[in-house]
Amino acid sequence: MKQFQHAVLARRANQIKEELRQGMRKPYKELIDVCMGDPHRAGVKPLTFVRQVLAACLYPQLVDSDKLPEDVRQRAQMLLQACDGGSVGSYTATGGISQIVHRISEFITRRDGGAPSHPEHIYISPGSQWALMNILNVLVNSEASPRTGVLTPMPCYSTSNLSMIGLGAVAVPYSLCEEQGWELQVEELHRALKSAKGVCKPVALYVINPGNPTGHVQSRKSMQEVIRFVSEKRLFLLADEVYQDCVYGEKSEFVSYKRVLSEMGPPLSDTVELASFHSASKGFMGECGLRGGYVELVNLDPAVMKYIHTLFSRDSCAPVLGQFALDLLTNPPQPGDPSYPLYSEEIQHIQATMVHNVKRVFEVVNSLPGICCQPVEGGGFGFPRLHLPPKAIQKAKEMGMQPDVFYCIKLLEEAGVFVSPGCEYEPKEGTYHFRFCIMVPGDVMEDLLRRLSSFHTQFMKEFS
Amino acid sequence: MSQHAANGFASRVKVLNLDNMNPNVRKVEYAVRGAIVQRALQIEKELKEGVKKPFTEVIKANIGDAHAMGQKPITFLRQVLALCTYPDLLEDNKFPEDAKQRARRILDACGGQSIGAYSTSQGIECIRQDVARYIEKRDGGIPSNPDNIYLSTGASDAIVTVLKLLVCGEGRDRTGVMISIPQYPLYSAALADLAAVQINYYLDEDKCWSLDIAELKRAVNAARQYCNPRVICIINPGNPTGQVQSRQCIEDVIRFAEEEHLFLMADEVYQDNVYAEGCKFHSFKRVLFEMGPKYSTTVEMASFHSTSKCYMGECGFRGGYMEVINMDPEVKAQLTKIVSVHLCPPVPGQALLDMVVNPPQPDEPSYNTFMKERTAVLADLAEKAGLTEQIFNTVPGITCNPVQGAMYTFPRIALPQKAIDKAKEEGLVPDMFYCMKLLEEEGICLVPGSGFGQREGTFHFRMTILPPTEKLKIVLQKISEFHIRFTREFS
Repeated sequence: MKQFQHAVLARRANQIKEELRQGMRKPYKELIDVCMGDPHRAGVKPLTFVRQVLAACLYPQLVDSDKLPEDVRQRAQMLLQACDGGSVGSYTATGGISQIVHRISEFITRRDGGAPSHPEHIYISPGSQWALMNILNVLVNSEASPRTGVLTPMPCYSTSNLSMIGLGAVAVPYSLCEEQGWELQVEELHRALKSAKGVCKPVALYVINPGNPTGHVQSRKSMQEVIRFVSEKRLFLLADEVYQDCVYGEKSEFVSYKRVLSEMGPPLSDTVELASFHSASKGFMGECGLRGGYVELVNLDPAVMKYIHTLFSRDSCAPVLGQFALDLLTNPPQPGDPSYPLYSEEIQHIQATMVHNVKRVFEVVNSLPGICCQPVEGGGFGFPRLHLPPKAIQKAKEMGMQPDVFYCIKLLEEAGVFVSPGCEYEPKEGTYHFRFCIMVPGDVMEDLLRRLSSFHTQFMKEFS
Repeated sequence: MSQHAANGFASRVKVLNLDNMNPNVRKVEYAVRGAIVQRALQIEKELKEGVKKPFTEVIKANIGDAHAMGQKPITFLRQVLALCTYPDLLEDNKFPEDAKQRARRILDACGGQSIGAYSTSQGIECIRQDVARYIEKRDGGIPSNPDNIYLSTGASDAIVTVLKLLVCGEGRDRTGVMISIPQYPLYSAALADLAAVQINYYLDEDKCWSLDIAELKRAVNAARQYCNPRVICIINPGNPTGQVQSRQCIEDVIRFAEEEHLFLMADEVYQDNVYAEGCKFHSFKRVLFEMGPKYSTTVEMASFHSTSKCYMGECGFRGGYMEVINMDPEVKAQLTKIVSVHLCPPVPGQALLDMVVNPPQPDEPSYNTFMKERTAVLADLAEKAGLTEQIFNTVPGITCNPVQGAMYTFPRIALPQKAIDKAKEEGLVPDMFYCMKLLEEEGICLVPGSGFGQREGTFHFRMTILPPTEKLKIVLQKISEFHIRFTREFS
């Protein structure tokens, strides 16, 4: 039912785009499409260095021309040499091009204050969700009785939920505490685990940090509690860290689960089984369409690793441009490189924009009646809470819709803002939200907030 | 931490171990990237480290990867992709106008004019429209609806997705899927993963690997005893066998699918790779519709294509599509939902596919170069197909069917009993033993026939015909000499 409602929203958004293209008059000139975590869609520009390197790899004649900076040409040359036949059109090794996998491994070690990382335990995949699916496939026995369970956050990124259900797992939700900025509280993990007794057999805990849709950035203390919890309860830890470069709060800092685990020392650091996921889709690069992601596997049984390898090998390999994107993500231009000044300027601009965006979201949304939002410490989205008047909830029910879907459809039709309804993220029963992407240019954010304010005020008046 | 507790940790069983992992995954094998390839990579590493061997390089004739073997990309395709990736190049007058026009059109269809934006899960709409037009043109005007086209991350992605959709039921009602023996092991891997029942139908080696309806009937009838046959998969042109099915045969298969109420999966990724005199690619869709409404309105089908093979050989882009025919609308809605978990297929692969279905036309600047390059690639493959068959058939103990199409040869090898016994001693199947020895002695990596399936008591290997002609001649010679040596050693 919920999938159906989202599809209705998406279909209507496409129709409106078409109607606008054909010149139909509306209260707005274009649609603001912030439904997905897709920076480029909303107008954020790709990084110049990234696109120059990729173009030179696609059409190596550019490597010899002096139209491109020296470091671009060198990087393209290095990457092409790592390809069989010197072409991005060749298959690669199952886990990814060896040099790139090594460089990702070195990046992880640098990021994590020296904690060692093994290239053989890293698999590049067409986007991080693909790797997550493969790991879940190994964890989940669809024919088991009792069924396999996975502890998932409530609210949770919808695609991950869909994957788990598709594989026959039971999602065991643990509630994130909205009033405390969507904090993960370990007591809630205990409660969720207890609730699974007699229903399913939980095998894993899925954590998203920074959170999607919540924007919460976990504290080190919280992460240590999670690690102790999974160790004690013998759960596999799935850490979705694709928004690790998206941190805005002044007091917030991303630290990886691998690092926290490593710093906790043995026996935990040698025994907790962890899969952490990263991607070229978010952060400053925002290259969602290239489908480049990876998983790092920590402390897994070597016998199981063999089967994981076979599973990935059946998919052949990740798209080569996606693999290159990961190389560029983990090895950006350095001070002194010809491309560094422009690169630095571009990412600083993006970061400043995001920081400003989340500040504005917090200010504007919290100034309106009947809607509020927690500070967006990180991640890609705002996730405001709607306190809908009973009349609105009633109207929605009459129309056979979830109340937040009703709100989102009206927001789309009347204000031309396309967001996704909170029900898609399986939040707490009886609460209503919507999610929208904050990785957008500053002027788009202002326009969005202006339209939202005006619409919301009107909506509250209409249904009071 | 007390010593006792620490010991408790040290001896503890892994949270994820062989006993509690998904048992279906333990049955998954994929020979094309299996044990022999791992050994080949290891040997390559040793060579790089300076270890002395009877050869200076490993020739990886195990995987259908044309560019890895030196085939050059098609200029026009790469120009358009470079323009899409770095649109500043649209100002560069070194790029032809027709390439720029196509790049602009693709960028207009991308969110924020960037190939870095997600597309819809089904694939960029204008590209699906182009694919539908291409199919219509290819199939003599038979209509194709863009809504029935799903772009995918290589054809493999689409194949696995459809199987996911089709496999259900328990026990005797479990979905059975018919697949040719020999087959491309993606199918057996997917079926193992999904715990579907694999129903083997044997291709006739003595009749050039042709398909026999009597054999299909035998297989499906036997299978009805223990499962619910619902799907038949056919690879045309064939992998690993290289046979190109006759039109009559395709009609027979369609009739069979209709009679037995089976969903037909037509893997047609090698559709441009047809070499043999008298052979022609007939698309299942075209034949289906030309057989009239009794079949064209009832037989449910999916056909698959890819940017990895044909003349493009762009495996690394993971571009592909499927067209679904006569699918129940509710099932199609489920299909659309399933593809959403992968978010979307790689956009560069979608753009590449657009070029493949929308190549330069005779009146466009890039046409001549494009056609020259395309023709050269296909002619080269045809020459190598003929050469391979010819040379292997001169070797006593190697019997090679004509390579009518695709990119592989799958010769039968006669192995002496002593070799079979030695293999057993070493815990290897005989053709793996043979291929491993070839790898160690000559540095040539092939895939043993056991990885694809073969009749009991027969042995084969699959070799690609992709190395450059001069190198291929050397490879063929080395394998021939190895075979003679091997036969002598174990006689």
